[in-house]
Amino acid sequence: MNRGLAWLRALADGSEGGNGTVRAADVSWDDERARLVCVVPDAQARFPRARAGQVGVEEGWKIAAAIRAAVDADAIDATRGVQPRAIIALVDVPGQAFGYHEEALGLHESLAAAADAYASARLAGHPVVALIVGKAISGAFLAHGLQAGALIALDDAGIEVHVMSQASVARVTRRSEEEVAALANVVPATARDVHAFAQLGALARLLGVENADVPTADDVRKARSLLLQTLRDLRACERGPADRLGNEAAGRTRAMSIRVRQLLEAQWDAPA
Amino acid sequence: MSDAGASFSELDARERAHALLDARSFRELLDPFERVESPHLPPQGIVPQSDDGVVVARGRIDGVEAVVLSIEGNYQGGSIGEVNGAKIAGTLELALRDAKRGRIVRPVLVLDTGGIRLQEANLGILAISDMHAAIVSLRECVPVVGIVAGRIGCFGGMGIAAGLCSTLIGTEIGRLGLNGPEVIEQEAGSAELDARDRPRIWSTIGCRRRREQGLIEVFVEDDAIAISAAMRAAFREPAKTFRSRDIDASRARIAAYALPPTGAAR
Repeated sequence: MNRGLAWLRALADGSEGGNGTVRAADVSWDDERARLVCVVPDAQARFPRARAGQVGVEEGWKIAAAIRAAVDADAIDATRGVQPRAIIALVDVPGQAFGYHEEALGLHESLAAAADAYASARLAGHPVVALIVGKAISGAFLAHGLQAGALIALDDAGIEVHVMSQASVARVTRRSEEEVAALANVVPATARDVHAFAQLGALARLLGVENADVPTADDVRKARSLLLQTLRDLRACERGPADRLGNEAAGRTRAMSIRVRQLLEAQWDAPA
Repeated sequence: MSDAGASFSELDARERAHALLDARSFRELLDPFERVESPHLPPQGIVPQSDDGVVVARGRIDGVEAVVLSIEGNYQGGSIGEVNGAKIAGTLELALRDAKRGRIVRPVLVLDTGGIRLQEANLGILAISDMHAAIVSLRECVPVVGIVAGRIGCFGGMGIAAGLCSTLIGTEIGRLGLNGPEVIEQEAGSAELDARDRPRIWSTIGCRRRREQGLIEVFVEDDAIAISAAMRAAFREPAKTFRSRDIDASRARIAAYALPPTGAAR
């Protein structure tokens, strides 16, 4: 089963989060309310190339709608002193949909709508967290996860974070798959496992679990506790994607990202 | 520079920035002589370029402070890695910092890019997510204008960045999408799309088509003066709504699309 849905059910007391390819369920934990969002496979989905859990041209807009609905409702309730609920993306997305019809309809704008919704929710005061429970790949991850204020991942061999399948990278860069795999040792950014991604300073936390596919009661307790802690941190101190550069690991692995920003700032204004 | 009347697509990234900024206002940041280049390419046997394929040019647009971020499509397909990605994201972050202090610096993105640089993989995707965040914040203060007018087009995570821009300007040459035709053919087969079928590709993802769909705001000739004029107009008369927030109409447009019942491409 899709891990996004497995974790949504587990965290939302058995809720399926509606039906179709984009699911959303609301939870109340202690003093926090949160909307969980995930993308799931659906053999009956209208677009054949988005039936295996990909983020396709319908999914991006559906994610945006699910988040906007929470943001709009909370904006009204804010007058009664209700704090904006958290938004939690459960990430298990094998990629964006690769198809002619998707491109014809503007898949890029659909993914932009999802990224916009997460970023706008964050700017409107909703703490936004992405919990990576499976695959977090390329355009799908940009649309569903990467605009979070904090990224958390399961510490599990099934986690994959990359921008293109190894076979495709090999074809496009005219190398053998073995060469592409070996490169991961030289250039960690081309590796695919969760520890390599953590080395880039991108993760706020890693969560060890017993069963990433079918979370145990203990796994769910630990995940909820870690999510709550992360939400409290975000409510205390607003963070955006660029703040990942402040993580200790990023100081080593994204040193050029930091240096370029320093140089830009120094040269921003013309010398008097 | 005398780019007046020149074909915009035939200019290189630096010339394009010159053509967009007010005369004699161009000042490049992190210029090629500083050799701020990718440290990740040499270990992979690729010669780095001394500006990493992105020109950051401060200057003025109609007398107002501005910054043009111009991607060089002729270097590694305009692909985004750590350094050139940080040049774009970092610049947008500075423009945002200034805007919050009440100082407007008009941001322009000249998009000629296939998306993430595969050789820098996850560093590229992180840089692009920084950019997306910056654009969403910045466009609340000042229009973020994107131009899709180069031979590569604009794809991948940068297609998403384009989707977030306040105003998009495109030409007959420009193409805009998520997955480029070669990637579609590779991932889904030539029955889905023949990447050599140029008329079909341009009629599907070319900027003329994108204008008809409302996925770009302005369609102009491939002419430096026409593009510059459209860009100035976009700052004078900012877009009132953002295309990436047009949820209901977009979903209705997709629902109305006649998808072949078999799911076949043709």
